[in-house]
Parts: sequence; structure tokens; C-alpha cells
Amino acid sequence: MTDQAPKSSVANNTKPRVWPTWLRRGPLELIACAVIGLGILMLLQPFAMVLYTWSFVTMLAGTVMFMIVSKFPQ
Amino acid sequence: MSITSPLAKRLAQATPAPIAMRMRGLSDRWIAWIFVGPTMLLLLAINIFPLIWTIKLSFTNFRANRPNAEVSGVGIDNYVSVLTDPDIWAAMQTTAHFVFWTITLQTLIGFTLAYLIDRKFRGHGFWTTLILIPMMLSPAVVGNFWAFLYQPQTGLFNAVAAFLTGVSPSSFSMLGEVSLAPWAIIIVDTWMWTPYVMLICLAGLRSIPDYIYEAAEVDRASKWRQFWSVTLPMVLPFIMLAILFRGIENFKMFDMVNLLTSGGPGSTTEVASITLKREAFEKWRTGYSSAFAIILFVAVFGLANIYVKALNHIKSR
Repeated sequence: MTDQAPKSSVANNTKPRVWPTWLRRGPLELIACAVIGLGILMLLQPFAMVLYTWSFVTMLAGTVMFMIVSKFPQ
Repeated sequence: MSITSPLAKRLAQATPAPIAMRMRGLSDRWIAWIFVGPTMLLLLAINIFPLIWTIKLSFTNFRANRPNAEVSGVGIDNYVSVLTDPDIWAAMQTTAHFVFWTITLQTLIGFTLAYLIDRKFRGHGFWTTLILIPMMLSPAVVGNFWAFLYQPQTGLFNAVAAFLTGVSPSSFSMLGEVSLAPWAIIIVDTWMWTPYVMLICLAGLRSIPDYIYEAAEVDRASKWRQFWSVTLPMVLPFIMLAILFRGIENFKMFDMVNLLTSGGPGSTTEVASITLKREAFEKWRTGYSSAFAIILFVAVFGLANIYVKALNHIKSR
């Protein structure tokens, strides 16, 4: 297609695909680290058994999240 | 040296011809795989395979002392049992107590030592070497060595404590009393690993450029102000790194506790790794202990992720 060829309206409205701003690696990694830290605090705290019980799920969620979001673009 | 010299010619011909011929037909990617392959295979065999096997066992009622017994899947029952067991929770709290106090003491003493060593005084190299010695010893040696020092009748520790406080050296036993045994292990770990924290803090202190202090002096900042506004903020990432690394190491601490108290007296020093050993190799609850091991693994793996992120943050500075 040459430069003089008329562009369709669809082509005019098409923007290059941009990665969503809120899905950037940096902040999401920080959130994942916070979830892991929370899980470890829940595992080691002496106050409530229920927190200890749910600590593994929290740590696992944080770790899996970290592994996923570390592949996101910065 | 000229390329035409006899020595250069001999060096150029050092690679035997058959290998050179064989390598010539391979792409860079293949050569890279040949070098990395054996290491990857070894890692798969001794790290990844046992990990996958442990995950598999954690969902079964397998007992290693009954290899011929029928093994059946129990779903997530082992995980539920571990995460609702008050004894395991108590072991976690013991671990937390141990990790908290060792890290606090090691960071405070390590940073203070690094701050002092960073002042260039006469013989600072000698003192640095002397301080680093405990870190270079084997934990087995340190454990036995401190077990002798803690002997109530003949140990040096009790003698010094008696000299300083006036109590009889045989009136207390560091490793035998419920209130003292956890502190005995904390003292040994702090003695051994404070130099490591000191080294990391020293690297942080030496990375601060002099011109920042010069600028602070031009602005008439006092030494106290320089410490809080320049030194501490710039060393903080290194301190965080040391805390994370020691946290990971102390979370899975086994050797020192096993040598000094074996978890006793009672279960006052029974940290998570000692409990895991008891469940796996004394009670032979392999499936249950596998689930426990996986929980500890996820905790350490999570901490390692934070550690890597902190390391990248320091690198990008």
C-alpha cells in the first residue's frame, strides 16, 4: 500500500497496543512482596491460630503472584 | 610477543586436532548447551527431582519406615494437619523468637563494628581479619566449641559470667535451663554471623562517595546530622540485604541448634527444622513432614524473591 492510498476509518482509529499502566512490573512486584511478607508474619505470629492456618495460602499466593508479575514489562 | 614466535605457535596448536574439528561443526548455541547441560542435569537430579517428589509425597500417607505398605492419596489433609497443629505453631514461634533476636543483635553489632572499622585507624586490617574468623569456622566446630564453653563446671562462659555477676559458676547451665537455652543459641549465632553483617555494612559504608560528606560539611551539618541524613539512608539497602539474607539462613537453621541443645530442654529450642527432622526421621510421618517441608520451602522461596528484588534495587543505584 502506498502513502497516497486512502486509510480506512478502522486503520485511523487503531492505536498501537499499550500495556496497561496499572500492570507495570515494579508496583505489582512490590505488592507481591508485601503479600509474601504478610504471609511470613502470619506464619510466625503468636497471637491467633487462624492467621497461622491461612499463612501458607497467603505466602503461596504472594510467591505465585511474584513469579507471574516479574515477567511483566516495566 | 610476536604471533610468529615459536611459543605462540605452540600455544595455538595446544587444542588437540580431533576436538577442534568436532567443535568446528557446532553452533554457538550447541556449544553453550554442552557446557551448561551437565550442570542443569545435576541440578535437576539433586534439586528439582527431590522437590517434585516431596510435593508428591506431601499428598500421600507414605511412611519411609514402611516401604511395602500401601500408599494412598490423602489430598490436602497433611497440609491441614500441619497448619492446625499447635506443636508446629509453637515451633514456628520459637523460630520467630530466634530469628528476631539474632537479626536484631547481628544488625546492631554488625553495623557498629562496620562503622568503627570504616574509620581508618592503625591496625584496622588486623582487627577486620580477627573479627571475621568466627564466620569462617564450620558450624559443627562452633557448636562443639561452644558446648564446651557452656559447661557449668568447667566452661569459660560460666566462669566469666560468675566473675562479672558474683553468682556461682555451677549454679546455672546455659544449655540445660528453659529460660537460658534459647539465649545460649542466640549468643552463638550472633558471635558467628555478626562478622558477615559487618562485611555487608562495610561494603555499604565504603560505597558512599566522599563528596557527599564534603557537601554536608559545607552546609555545616554536624556529624550526628551527617550520620542520620547521609550515612544511614545510603547504607540502609545494604542493611536490608543483610537482614534478608540472615533471615533466610536463620529461618532454616538446624546444625547449631542440633549440636547445642537438640531442641531441648523439653521443646524450648525446638525450631521448625528440628521439628521437621523429628517428624520425618523419628516419627517417620513422611507424608506429613513432606507437607511441612513444602510450607517451609514456600516461606524461604518467598523470602528469596524479596531478597532478589532488594538485590536488583541495590544494583540499580
